[in-house]
Amino acid sequence: MRHILSILIENEAGALSRVTGLFSARGYNIDSLTVQTTEDATLSRMTIVTHGSDDVIEQITKQLNKLIEVVKVIDLNEAEHIERELMLIKVRATGKDRDEMKRMAEIFRGRIIDVTEKSYTIELTGAGDKLDAFIKAIDPAVILETVRTGASGIGRGERILRV
Amino acid sequence: MEISGAEIVTRCLQEEGVEFVFGYPGGAVLEIYDAIFKQDQFKHVLVRHEQAAVHAADAYSRSSNKVGVALVTSGPGATNAITGIATAYMDSIPMVVLSGQVGTPVIGSDAFQEVDMVGCSRPIVKHNFLVKDVRDLAATFKKAFYIAATGRPGPVVIDIPKDVTMTKCVFEYPKSVSIRSYNPPTKGHPGQIKKAAQLLSEAKRPFIYVGGGAVQGGAGDLVTELVKHLNVPCTNTLMGLGALDGTDPNFVGMLGMHGTYEANLAMQYCDVLIAIGARFDDRVISVPSQFLSNPKKIVHIDVDPSSIAKRVKVDVPIVGDVRHVLTDLIAVLKETGLKPNPDALGQWWKQIDEWRKPNCLLYTPSTEVIKPQHVIETLWKVTNGEAIVTSDVGQHQMWAAQYYKFRRPKQWINSGGLGTMGFGLPAAMGAQLANPDAQVACVTGEGSIQMNIQELSTCKQYHTPVKVLSLNNRYLGMVRQWQEFFYGTRYSESYMDALPDFVKIAEAYGHVGFKVENPADVEPVLKEAFGPSLKERLVFIDFRTDQTENVFPMIQNGKGLNQMDLPAHMRGMQQVPFDNNRDYGNLA
Ligand SMILES: Cc1ncc(C[n+]2csc(CCOP(=O)(O)OP(=O)(O)O)c2C)c(N)n1
Repeated sequence: MRHILSILIENEAGALSRVTGLFSARGYNIDSLTVQTTEDATLSRMTIVTHGSDDVIEQITKQLNKLIEVVKVIDLNEAEHIERELMLIKVRATGKDRDEMKRMAEIFRGRIIDVTEKSYTIELTGAGDKLDAFIKAIDPAVILETVRTGASGIGRGERILRV
Repeated sequence: MEISGAEIVTRCLQEEGVEFVFGYPGGAVLEIYDAIFKQDQFKHVLVRHEQAAVHAADAYSRSSNKVGVALVTSGPGATNAITGIATAYMDSIPMVVLSGQVGTPVIGSDAFQEVDMVGCSRPIVKHNFLVKDVRDLAATFKKAFYIAATGRPGPVVIDIPKDVTMTKCVFEYPKSVSIRSYNPPTKGHPGQIKKAAQLLSEAKRPFIYVGGGAVQGGAGDLVTELVKHLNVPCTNTLMGLGALDGTDPNFVGMLGMHGTYEANLAMQYCDVLIAIGARFDDRVISVPSQFLSNPKKIVHIDVDPSSIAKRVKVDVPIVGDVRHVLTDLIAVLKETGLKPNPDALGQWWKQIDEWRKPNCLLYTPSTEVIKPQHVIETLWKVTNGEAIVTSDVGQHQMWAAQYYKFRRPKQWINSGGLGTMGFGLPAAMGAQLANPDAQVACVTGEGSIQMNIQELSTCKQYHTPVKVLSLNNRYLGMVRQWQEFFYGTRYSESYMDALPDFVKIAEAYGHVGFKVENPADVEPVLKEAFGPSLKERLVFIDFRTDQTENVFPMIQNGKGLNQMDLPAHMRGMQQVPFDNNRDYGNLA
């Protein structure tokens, strides 16, 4: 099953490679990983999307906690949470495609953030499946380039991850 | 007053009470060596290969309660240390390894003798540091020693660029250390401990399984107290040997791939299992599904939560320091008077004694050829079971584990997790330095000893009078055994041809050497080696042993604990004599 893990980790050189090294050494999957410092510059917040059986996820959580620099780990799946991902997608926008692309961007609440005579670059945020749906909805032939951040997640309501 | 980074290094080591640094110099650590030259609070032991420095520091730690320290230069010095670090990591040994690094301005430029030590060692350390600023040096040392020795112990690497050792700053050693992201557990959960006591009171076939965590956690006395209080049978893993005295009547021997018949069957057929600082690894329980095919309730005590439920689901996990948890468990048992049903326990002991009767460690003695088992038994006799024994890896290691009845924790020093050939001799050296008055024996094979034989020179220089017992079967014996069993006796590259004259080698390094071919000479030679006349000398004994002897019992890969290959006198013996439905409680 897919799980989304939130990790607070010391903002130190090499900390990221400890996390990714752990995943590859133990054969765990990383579907996506995002990381950035938090409002407290000594801490980074990481979101890892992974999948595996409950036993595997339990081991991943324990192994992450064992890393000296990891301050806290939570499995967002354990309660209500929100995830968002950002995608920038460059599409061919010529002829009839030009209007069609604009319309599609509006339907998906995307924004066109760069325009040339031949192309649009559209910014889209949402859960991963919404971004997938957008890609599916347009003609593959018009897609020139896509870049996605991977999911960032946060618990709903009073559920807070901090030191 | 400002002092150099190199002086800070030596001051930190002094502050930590370090007695010995095992190391080898090179360009990147010359400043540190200069600072070592100018101090006399700790001694430096100059090994002949960096791998040996790390093994020696490791065994120094394994045989004492201190953190071993090794010091190597950048590049090849650091990579030579890797096998030693991995060895310590797999067995959770507290150790601090200092490696030199090229200067910070040239890091990343493929400078001479540059290697990314933090990257190379990352998967095999508890933690590592690259110190880029001299002002961080002292705090890093404090953290490194703290991390290495607490929680589940392990090796910590500090990588120190040369310019950092040359830069000056004020030295102040931190009095205390706290790391917000690292809080090793101490007390176990009281509710869980009560549950464990309750389970024990419901047990008909209780069994205690003790691993290296109990040895490292200094809990041998508490294990013994628990076993005695409940009068329950107990096994130790390869890493746990000595946690319960090997001659204790409650001890049923080591378990696992080369464990005893009684230990393996008790492990398979118990109904309540208390695992203490052990990790259910593949060489111990073989296949988890086979192991669980006879249902049992499991209590698992471990300081590392990730060891729990890693291979086997458990009923009562207890995360905590083994000393704390056992103290509390024993207190609860005593307060509540909870105990296994005595009638059922009596029946269980009867069953265990039945399993013990055929003596699975019996071997055929010979007057023609030296039996390796006989050498170990005689070693036990001659040293009164009191020696510190290190070993290399192979058949000799298993025989040492099976036949030397270790009396106390930290007496048996071997590479269990990584299985590193070449460990034995440097380990003996480190153990002897930590225990100058102890008798130290290194049980090795003619294959393994040649992986670090150069350390005979270090032993000479530092007067470590260890006794090396080489069980020379002219084969890479353990490899040969597998080839005999599983590869149709095709002995591919397992024969040790062109062996040197080990007696001459020993003598060339300034030691005493003996070659023993006659079984009748085993005891007199060992007596002489351990006797007063050679007390101060390293003695190398080349025992020409039976070439075709195999280690039994043996569990083949993929087989269960009750599917052992047994020695000749037990072959064909029933390993499932046990009726799980028999109600022992009503029989007495
Ligand atoms: C560094 C290393 N290389 C290879 C092995 C694989 N191996 C395990 S046991 C063994 C044979 C050891 O031979 P020897 O030291 O003569 O001991 P014996 O088994 O004959 O007692 C080998 C090659 C190992 N454990 N370590």
